[in-house]
Amino acid sequence: MIDDFLLRALIAGVVIALAAAPLGCLVVWRRMAYFGDATGHAGLLGVALGLALGLPMTLGVAMLAGAMALVVTYMMRRGDYAVDTVLGVFAHSALAIGLVAASLLPGVRLNLMETLLGDILSVSWTDIVMISLGGAGILAIMAWRWRSLLNGTLSPELLVAEGGSLMWDRLIFTLTLALFVALAMKLVGVLLITAMLILPAAAARPMARSPEHMVGIAAAIGVTAVAAGLGFSWVTDAPAGPSIVAMSSVGFILSNLLKLLKN
Amino acid sequence: MALVTAEGVGVRVGNKQLLHDVDLRIEAGEIVTVIGPNGAGKSTLLKAVIGAVPISTGRIDKPAGLRIGYTPQKIQLEKTMPISVLRFLSMAGRLPKGARADVLEKTDVAELRDAQMADLSGGEFQRVLLARALLREPDLLILDEPTQGLDQPAEARFYRLLAEVRKETGAAVLMVSHDLHVVMAQSDKVVCLNGHVCCSGAPAHVSADPSYKQLFGARAELALYEHHHDHSHEGHSHD
Repeated sequence: MIDDFLLRALIAGVVIALAAAPLGCLVVWRRMAYFGDATGHAGLLGVALGLALGLPMTLGVAMLAGAMALVVTYMMRRGDYAVDTVLGVFAHSALAIGLVAASLLPGVRLNLMETLLGDILSVSWTDIVMISLGGAGILAIMAWRWRSLLNGTLSPELLVAEGGSLMWDRLIFTLTLALFVALAMKLVGVLLITAMLILPAAAARPMARSPEHMVGIAAAIGVTAVAAGLGFSWVTDAPAGPSIVAMSSVGFILSNLLKLLKN
Repeated sequence: MALVTAEGVGVRVGNKQLLHDVDLRIEAGEIVTVIGPNGAGKSTLLKAVIGAVPISTGRIDKPAGLRIGYTPQKIQLEKTMPISVLRFLSMAGRLPKGARADVLEKTDVAELRDAQMADLSGGEFQRVLLARALLREPDLLILDEPTQGLDQPAEARFYRLLAEVRKETGAAVLMVSHDLHVVMAQSDKVVCLNGHVCCSGAPAHVSADPSYKQLFGARAELALYEHHHDHSHEGHSHD
């Protein structure tokens, strides 16, 4: 049925937009946009690995993204290189090695366009169940650890001084991010995952008065962008993932223009 | 009773030995000030005491249940996180209801409660940080350069406030400071740090130590004079 796949895309997109809101705000506050990129790009390697080993794609991606997040966190803590260098090296290595592996592994036929840009219109009901469970999991973790995550963002030392654990903070944040990458991969592809995270959050910033307010606005912008992007894609036949991200960009521009006009 | 006992502490980050063989003892109610040149490892020592930086050698003992109030040197606020003063304070955890209003009053930040953290001046920001540290009813206050970037009046105001707080709560203080004249006048113990402890003890003892004079040179002489003069014009000689 013609409406059915659009409905599935809409549900999946909305769930991802909701899960992206708190996580994306944290990424923006912690200035870790490139960390999202590195983790996202590792997803490509995960797809190749999953295909080669016959694992479900989401599992392969989650494993690789998680491993990447941990290695990058370790490298950043060691401090041998500047943070942006570490992230740049890992993000682009993962992308390149993933592409090479996908072309060399026997029996692997990778739809490059779909992997890089996603295909939200081909989401199945099974995918939706998995995305919904994962999305609910992310939101539950965020709610459970929210105060601690905020404190860790403001000042890691303050978090520890007040009895928190830095290791938990980092572990929970990075692994949740890896889970998000695995879920969003199918929808928007490895190249646009970071965009799903940071664009709505950045667009929400000029209007927000508190951390939670910013998360709420980011969720609203994200959901609107999913609906508008899918509609746009339906009418014009443009690819759906990039259309959604483009709508978020429009939201970013509008919210900053509004702020400018107000002052 | 010793609140903190550190013995032979070393901190290594990557290939860099930031601290080595540091001994430190903080008794209840004492003011201990750490001084030293930039890059001497002062902040690192404070972070190690808190437990935010892993130590590679030695040991740091604190009694179980020791409550620490900490004001970091920097906070990653940027402009990206919108957060009001009140919300920031509430993130210190669950508190008795009256406590917050009380501390806000004491630290003079009551009228700032609805302001955004990013809009505060340097002096206001430091007072809010102190308020948050006090909310935890600490046995030990750890302050990392609390008067950094403040002008002379704001700095004087901060130290007055700290003195009042101490009189009321009896909390011990471990702080990093560049204000040598205040350090020498108000500390019970001074630790002169440069990767290791160059000298430590009562202010009079430290200011007579050759290694102190070597580290601080002309400024050290100045600090001894500053008790007797009005020095508002000397703000420029400080970091």
